[in-house]
Amino acid sequence: MAKKKKTSTEQVIRSTEPQGINLDHRKKKQILENIVHGIFLLLGLIAVGCVLLITVYLFISGIPAIHKIGIVDFLFGREWASTAADPKYGILPFILTSIYGTAGAVILGVPIGFMTSVYLSKIASPRVKSVMQSAVSLLAGIPSVVYGLVGMLVLVPGIRKVFNVPDGAGLLAAIIVLAIMILPSIIKMSVTALDAVPKEYEDASLALGATPIETYFRVSVPAAKSGIAAAVVLGVGRAIGEAMAVMMVAGNVPNMPDSLFQSVRFLTTTVASEMAYSSGLQRQALFSVALVLFMFIMLINATLNFFLKRDGNK
Amino acid sequence: MGSIISVKDMCLWYGNYQALKDLNIEIPEMSITALIGPSGCGKSTFLKTLNRMNDLIPGVKISGGIYYEGTDIFSNEVDVSHLRKEIGMVFQHPNPFPMSIYNNVAYGPRTHGIKSKVQLDEIVEQALRDAAIWDEVKDRLKKNALGISGGQQQRLCIARALAIQPKVLLMDEPTSALDPISTSRIEDLIMELKKKYTIVIVTHNMQQAVRVSDYTAFFLLGELVEFGKTDDIFSQPKDKRTEDYITGRFG
Repeated sequence: MAKKKKTSTEQVIRSTEPQGINLDHRKKKQILENIVHGIFLLLGLIAVGCVLLITVYLFISGIPAIHKIGIVDFLFGREWASTAADPKYGILPFILTSIYGTAGAVILGVPIGFMTSVYLSKIASPRVKSVMQSAVSLLAGIPSVVYGLVGMLVLVPGIRKVFNVPDGAGLLAAIIVLAIMILPSIIKMSVTALDAVPKEYEDASLALGATPIETYFRVSVPAAKSGIAAAVVLGVGRAIGEAMAVMMVAGNVPNMPDSLFQSVRFLTTTVASEMAYSSGLQRQALFSVALVLFMFIMLINATLNFFLKRDGNK
Repeated sequence: MGSIISVKDMCLWYGNYQALKDLNIEIPEMSITALIGPSGCGKSTFLKTLNRMNDLIPGVKISGGIYYEGTDIFSNEVDVSHLRKEIGMVFQHPNPFPMSIYNNVAYGPRTHGIKSKVQLDEIVEQALRDAAIWDEVKDRLKKNALGISGGQQQRLCIARALAIQPKVLLMDEPTSALDPISTSRIEDLIMELKKKYTIVIVTHNMQQAVRVSDYTAFFLLGELVEFGKTDDIFSQPKDKRTEDYITGRFG
């Protein structure tokens, strides 16, 4: 009985609507919806496609030289002499320089960036915070060639004078420039992570008699640790991928990095400085260098994703 | 019965807005005092003044005095950390730290300088027992505290507050975010804790005030309208406004 009544009301509703126009309208909307979906998908695929293309291209063009030189000789060879009569393609100096340079930048930059972010997120007054955050954003926006220029004109002569060495351009100068360059990523991301710590945690700590500083370091920082770790990894990625600024201050000679004042060359700067005049096996080897750099970046990205996911799951 | 906290002519302003007006109240020792009143009447503000948690809010001004065991808590000689060790607090929403159950309870004692593992173990167990949650968590002390239920989290927060052996426990609507079963367990716990602690509890739930408290203070628009034995306040209120509120005519 009830069912019958329902169908009859449905029929009434249907019959009162102008059926033709309504259906047409709906269909048009559906088609438009599908087209827009398609466009968005296509745009999204551009980015994914580029990544795939670059990856495949790097592997295809990077593998042959490694094959010819031999993977051990290539990765662990201590000498790079690409234009000599008897060319040598050992990239250990570049790998080590990139690792040392990045590690040095992290050792210098992370404590400064971390402390700054604790100050900005927890201690600074709103006015100081806004001024300092704009300054940090500006630091992130400065082109790397400007960092290189300032490093060349100020840092390199400074190092020469302070440490009394013949040439200031070298590993130390590169480390200092990189440390400054990674500050913005570390500060911004750590501040975001620290700002997101619920105030209730901090209140609970203060109500237990902890001082504000104790509270920040024993409650807020541990609660934000995934975000802070991700910030550090992001900084590492920025440091290892930087080419222009370090090329200008590191001296750019393929030496093993045995001292802080040694004139050195990074993975990135090797490719940047030789590509223009390279040919044959040398050119192929440069692709292989880029492939090694790419692997480092992939590793760093995987680490970053690990930290971010862990944060998201909490 | 002696009073542990006495409040004399206290006023509190947020900027230009006066939130509390000329409060005078003596909080009796080893008993439960309920603070009731409609939202925005100042009862939570008053509670947070007792352990100086209002210090954290910019623009707060306070006049008059609050004396804890005879000492003015606003005097320069008072160490806020020490005051908060004596006067513990439980918040409206359960707020355990995102760390293990054990570390949550051990946080306070560690803050106040206890490092010995043996001593900490003892304190943690005692606090969890006193908060009637030991049996539920004793096998997972190392697990993250955010993994237990809301009611358990709140009892954990009570345990965390007890672990620094306060004399007074302030509770800001401790059951308002919990289901009826968890609420009744917390109420039982509060009545049990009365034997060792002085408790001041803010509540929106009048039945709760009647069930658990010995004394009741009724706040309205920043004023203390009436304060007395709970039985008296609810059976024969002296003030017309109190009567209107407890009979549900407003609020």
